[in-house]
Amino acid sequence: MSLRVFLVDDHAMFRAGVRAELGAHVDVVGEASTVAEAVSRIAATTPDVVLLDVHMPDGGGRAVLEAMRKSHPQVRFLALSVSDAAEDVIGLIRAGARGYVTKTISPDELAAAIRRVAEGDAVFSPRLAGFVLDAFAARPDAPVADPELDQLTNREREVLRLLARGYAYKEIAKELFISIKTVETHVSNVLRKLQMSNRYELSRWAADRRLV
Amino acid sequence: MIDTARQPRRLFRARDHRVVAGVASGLARHLRVSPLAVRAAFVILLGFNGLGLMLYAGFWAVLPYERVTGEPRRRDVAQLVPFIAIGVGLILLQVLVLGENAGVTGTAGWLVAIVAVGAGIIWHESTPERRRQWTEALPRFPWLGTFLEESDRRLFLFRFIGGGLLVAVGVIGMVAVYVPAENSEAVVNGMLFAGLGLAGVAVVAAPVLWRTMSLLRAEREGRIRETERAELAAMVHDQVLHTLALIQRNADDVKAVQRLARGQERSLRNWLYKPTASPTERFAAALEEAAAEVEDTYAIAVEVVVVGDRETDERVAALVMAAREALVNAARHAGVATVSLYAEVEEDQLSVFVRDRGAGFDMESVEENRHGVRGSILGRMSRHGGRAEIRSELGDGTEVRLFLPMDRDVVTSGRER
Repeated sequence: MSLRVFLVDDHAMFRAGVRAELGAHVDVVGEASTVAEAVSRIAATTPDVVLLDVHMPDGGGRAVLEAMRKSHPQVRFLALSVSDAAEDVIGLIRAGARGYVTKTISPDELAAAIRRVAEGDAVFSPRLAGFVLDAFAARPDAPVADPELDQLTNREREVLRLLARGYAYKEIAKELFISIKTVETHVSNVLRKLQMSNRYELSRWAADRRLV
Repeated sequence: MIDTARQPRRLFRARDHRVVAGVASGLARHLRVSPLAVRAAFVILLGFNGLGLMLYAGFWAVLPYERVTGEPRRRDVAQLVPFIAIGVGLILLQVLVLGENAGVTGTAGWLVAIVAVGAGIIWHESTPERRRQWTEALPRFPWLGTFLEESDRRLFLFRFIGGGLLVAVGVIGMVAVYVPAENSEAVVNGMLFAGLGLAGVAVVAAPVLWRTMSLLRAEREGRIRETERAELAAMVHDQVLHTLALIQRNADDVKAVQRLARGQERSLRNWLYKPTASPTERFAAALEEAAAEVEDTYAIAVEVVVVGDRETDERVAALVMAAREALVNAARHAGVATVSLYAEVEEDQLSVFVRDRGAGFDMESVEENRHGVRGSILGRMSRHGGRAEIRSELGDGTEVRLFLPMDRDVVTSGRER
């Protein structure tokens, strides 16, 4: 059974290109060019994975995510954007996207990323890992808040470092003498913390960089 | 998002939630306090020789109306009643408690307040904006609008004269109150009058100055926007259009097209998202510059991730040079399209990792006379008190790891820039 994928992008040329490149790997079940269209058609088709453009008129990918997340939790979102600016990446992940890739990605890598997202894993580009490390970077002046919730574990940080260094999941597993499954668990934990529990750190980080 | 955050809060008279002219609710919104508190303050200040009324008239004359789209809401007249009651009560109280003496100064205060109101009316009616708002505020009575429009000159004169009358009554009243005093106080009173006269002139002149300033400011903001747009247009023209033209001309040469597109993408990205930092001063900027050079020279993509940042010095520059050499080696020998560069600024050390998934090589088989790895990477790092590790497996790619220990106190992270 092939994966059912939905495309959201305001550029018809780009949608056509993705459809052509991905056609062999997945089943593209629908397309939308606006936020409103995306919300109604995703609800109607219930795909496995939605490829979501970040910058669109009327609020962009974030608006789609916020509209769909409550009503359709089983639909997974992979953000696909030209921008790899920190505020876009972190914003989409915080809104509930399971991964973030840039439009320079190769078709094979994109197909692999879609599959990973569909299986429930997070897709972290090295750049995204770098942002997260930056956000959670230990600072001597930072007040010790709730260490259990608010900090990444050493192991998670180690996994992120290797991701940022360009390692694939299986290479990380080999390097740290753990199983691929464990690596995936660590990465998912990072994503969970990024979304849920680190409001304080992240908002501070964002405020410091004038992202909000 | 950022734009609105940086926009200074301007003080307007509010159109909605207004009781009389929107001064109190406008002020309240600006100061982020309850409108009720501001109104109460005005009413209480009324007790001090009508100061509240003067202030209100002053604000009314000076502040522009908030620009709101849509139908302006009706004023809430019911709210007015308690404030009037409290105000009258306060004044009565003042007269009762302070007795005879308060009668004179109190009257003077009220006269000044009348002068202020008169001046306010004059200033208010002399702007065409105000008349337009009148017609806007009465959508159900278009005939009234045309009446106002047609007779605006007469109306203007009428109001001007009315305001002038108020001012005159105020001044005459004050003179009448103070002239009988034929002692040393007369001198003080004279000075007081001079001061009041000046204040009157100021009240009359200030709105003109203020409005002119507002106009100038709006114009300057417009000019700044125009300049930004022109800069963007120039950038797009100089870089993007030229690159696109070159790409069209070199459409057959895949490598050249990729190199052009990548260079253009990078410069656009930097222009859009990156804060500008000098590569001679900051570690991250220096690394990114080195990566950009390698990208352009060898037509490969370098995926740069830098966590944290700090000032550069001689040793950090050496680390950047070693990283650059590692990138060049990967570009020349690994035979891949992408190399990743990861750098992290930690409290006690800087680390840089350069990784490719290319051919790999065997350290043992590198000839003695090749200086790239030994001199530029290993040797350079050890000379500056750092160390370098090279891990390479044939067919499985290469990773160069560079470490440079740092003193704690000189490390700064990127966010403190």
